[in-house]
Amino acid sequence: MTSNVTRRSLITTGAAALALCAAPLPALALTEARARALVDQVVSDINSVIATGRPLSQMISDFERIFSRHADVDIIARSALGADASRASAAQLRAFTETFRGYVARKYGKRFNEFIGGRIEVQGVREVKSWHEVKSLVYLRGESPFEVSFLVSDRSGRDLFFDMIIEGISLRLSERTEIGAMLDRRNGDINALIADLKRAG
Amino acid sequence: MTLIPDRFMRDISGICRLVDIALSIKVSSLSSALVRALLVGMALVLSACAAPESASRDVFDPFEAENRRMHEFNRDFDRALLRPVARGYAAAVPDDIETGVIRFAENLSLPADVVNNMLQLNMRAAIQDTARFVVNTTVGLGGFFDPASEMGLPAASNTDFGQTLHVWGAREGAFIELPLLGPSTTRDTYGLFVDLFTNPLSYVLDSPERLAGTAAGVGSGLSRREKFSDTIDQILYESADSYALSRSIFLQNRRFRLGGTGSDTYTDPYDGMGDTSASAVLENPYSAVLEDPYDE
Repeated sequence: MTSNVTRRSLITTGAAALALCAAPLPALALTEARARALVDQVVSDINSVIATGRPLSQMISDFERIFSRHADVDIIARSALGADASRASAAQLRAFTETFRGYVARKYGKRFNEFIGGRIEVQGVREVKSWHEVKSLVYLRGESPFEVSFLVSDRSGRDLFFDMIIEGISLRLSERTEIGAMLDRRNGDINALIADLKRAG
Repeated sequence: MTLIPDRFMRDISGICRLVDIALSIKVSSLSSALVRALLVGMALVLSACAAPESASRDVFDPFEAENRRMHEFNRDFDRALLRPVARGYAAAVPDDIETGVIRFAENLSLPADVVNNMLQLNMRAAIQDTARFVVNTTVGLGGFFDPASEMGLPAASNTDFGQTLHVWGAREGAFIELPLLGPSTTRDTYGLFVDLFTNPLSYVLDSPERLAGTAAGVGSGLSRREKFSDTIDQILYESADSYALSRSIFLQNRRFRLGGTGSDTYTDPYDGMGDTSASAVLENPYSAVLEDPYDE
């Protein structure tokens, strides 16, 4: 039994090693510098949106642009669906992801006016399990700064963040609770959930 | 394991009774109150330590039905009273005075934080909080101003006896929605009760001054409700299940503040591409509901 396992793992490891050798470029692992560069980019994009002081509707579309470009919306949407993602059809998953993108942009983008006059500063990076955690501090007017972390991974093939954690509250886990509740309300009907999600946020 | 719900039921009803008693107590004599607090505290710690090892990263919510009823009550209370009063208070009181009241209340809570820091053997925080209290009480004219922050002193530790219990090794216990106070846990509820006694000021100050402290506490609570109005409204009134969302957010934030969650508590979502069940067990706040919480 054990020798079986060992052999199997040997074969897989060997195959993985071969695949690694064969793969041309993207085998370069995500480094702290790259993770930090991504978040620096996100932060400077957000800071410049805050600085423009544009009307809310434009800030929401700005936020959607930043979110689409730098976040792995696919994996966040999948996480939010949780175990139900596995029974969704490919078309449903695509439609859900698209709707989820707009929902997140509206829900979090409309809070942007709270950031006016504030700023975000990247503090440091550390490697955690298979990803990098980039910590930043958010300074809002008349408040003590609070911590926002970005979890960055390159496992999608690009350097993208797959979670944003505000004072320990993960966007992904909170949205899983919310989407789970919306799905329960529709007795698990994913199409009905997508229709609801278009109006939510 | 089947004994747990009964035990918890007793604990919970015990807590409610204790809180009732505590609220009606007029702390008249220093020594007897201290002795009582210590005895109660020790008894509570012992029982808190005996709390079951439920999945500590998960949500343990054996009283969900009762909690949901309490959540409805709290939500109605917020809608009918707290939110409108907070709005009126914030509109009527000038911003500078509001800030002053918040600082005053915060300053008065510092001695309790110092006591808790010492109980946690966190002497650095105890000293920092003491320095902040001394500076803001004197130079800051009783705490209405915050020269400590302007001088660059470290931020207040904002600790409590719930954290002390955590440091002492007590487990989180069950999620509990408290009347008016909102989301909590077994451990934090014990902590809340003991904290009625941890503020040394309450033994030193006479009634009119103590009343000022309580009033400032209420005022700063109203300010907070209004200040975080968008966030709180979003959770309470825009969510598909405000109970589940507030429970999830409370536990995530509380565990973070107790230092229990680095980001290594999360699982890699890319691992779950084919099979989401493993991460769902770890992360899904519903899993405790879907599975029988009394099973191991």
